Amino acid sequence: MRRILYLLPLIAFIAVAAWFAAGLQRDPNRIPSALIDRPMPEFALPPVADAGVPGLAAADIRGQVSLINVFASWCVPCRAEAPILMRLAHQPGVKLYGIAYKDKPADNLKFLREFGNPYAAIGDDASGRTGIDWGVYGVPETFVIDRDGRIRHKEVGALTPKSLNETILPLIAQLSK
Amino acid sequence: MTLKHLIAGAVLAAGLGAGTAWGVLPDEMLKDPALEGRARALSKEIRCQVCQNENIDDSSAPLAADLRKLVRERIAAGDGDAQILEFLRQRYGDNVLMRPPVEPQTWILWFGPPALLLVAAGGLATMLRRRPAAPEPDLAPEDEKRARDLLERNT
Repeated sequence: MRRILYLLPLIAFIAVAAWFAAGLQRDPNRIPSALIDRPMPEFALPPVADAGVPGLAAADIRGQVSLINVFASWCVPCRAEAPILMRLAHQPGVKLYGIAYKDKPADNLKFLREFGNPYAAIGDDASGRTGIDWGVYGVPETFVIDRDGRIRHKEVGALTPKSLNETILPLIAQLSK
Repeated sequence: MTLKHLIAGAVLAAGLGAGTAWGVLPDEMLKDPALEGRARALSKEIRCQVCQNENIDDSSAPLAADLRKLVRERIAAGDGDAQILEFLRQRYGDNVLMRPPVEPQTWILWFGPPALLLVAAGGLATMLRRRPAAPEPDLAPEDEKRARDLLERNT
């Protein structure tokens, strides 16, 4: 009995070390969003000049399941993500909108011309203030919005075929039922 | 001291200065020194979400600059410090606060280390109390006399 008591600190140490080791496997750059299951913030953004699609406001999005992708021409992972978004835009049942985050309209336009425009509408958030309301801290970020206008999922970083097939598309299918 | 030393010293001194440089840019500052002071103090409580181990007062990330501006706008608009922190917390979560709030979820974080210290101190105290006192040397009278003689001879 006494011997077990003496082993207690060692056992506690191993438990704590295992906990920390598990914590080290997690990506510290993925901060869970505080907005999950909360209504999306109100916003109304002007279009990107000459992009050929309208601007974006919260009111436009309600009533349907939609994806909002926060992107910028200066963002390198956005370039990796662009072809995936182009393919995604052609899938039935997917409504994809963009928020151009802290970008110059001319640069953004160049980006859209280079990679194509997958978005049904793009809001120009030049000041980044709407981004702050959405808790954006690293573009690209992608939000899944349900019919009631609530944020159901946030993906930080470029979308990958894996995250699309395993998370985003199943969630859209489930929310669209 | 050669010229080389002087140059090296100057470079080092410049580096030290840069280390303490602030993320805050002059054109961001509020005109009222009292309000600016509040903004600076509050900014130190807000974590930069891009660099994460820096507060927005120290960080040079663009998002930190935007948040500093936002803090100053809200202070100028008459918001209280708690209101501003809550505004950011609603958007970025507890992570945005440099000091995690004290709530059941964070009790282990706040009270864990002092509790552990108390447990360790308690354990040490009981251990010391339970340890039998050192036994009295069991010497025969003539041995004790010999010992005393030896000690006295040495001094």
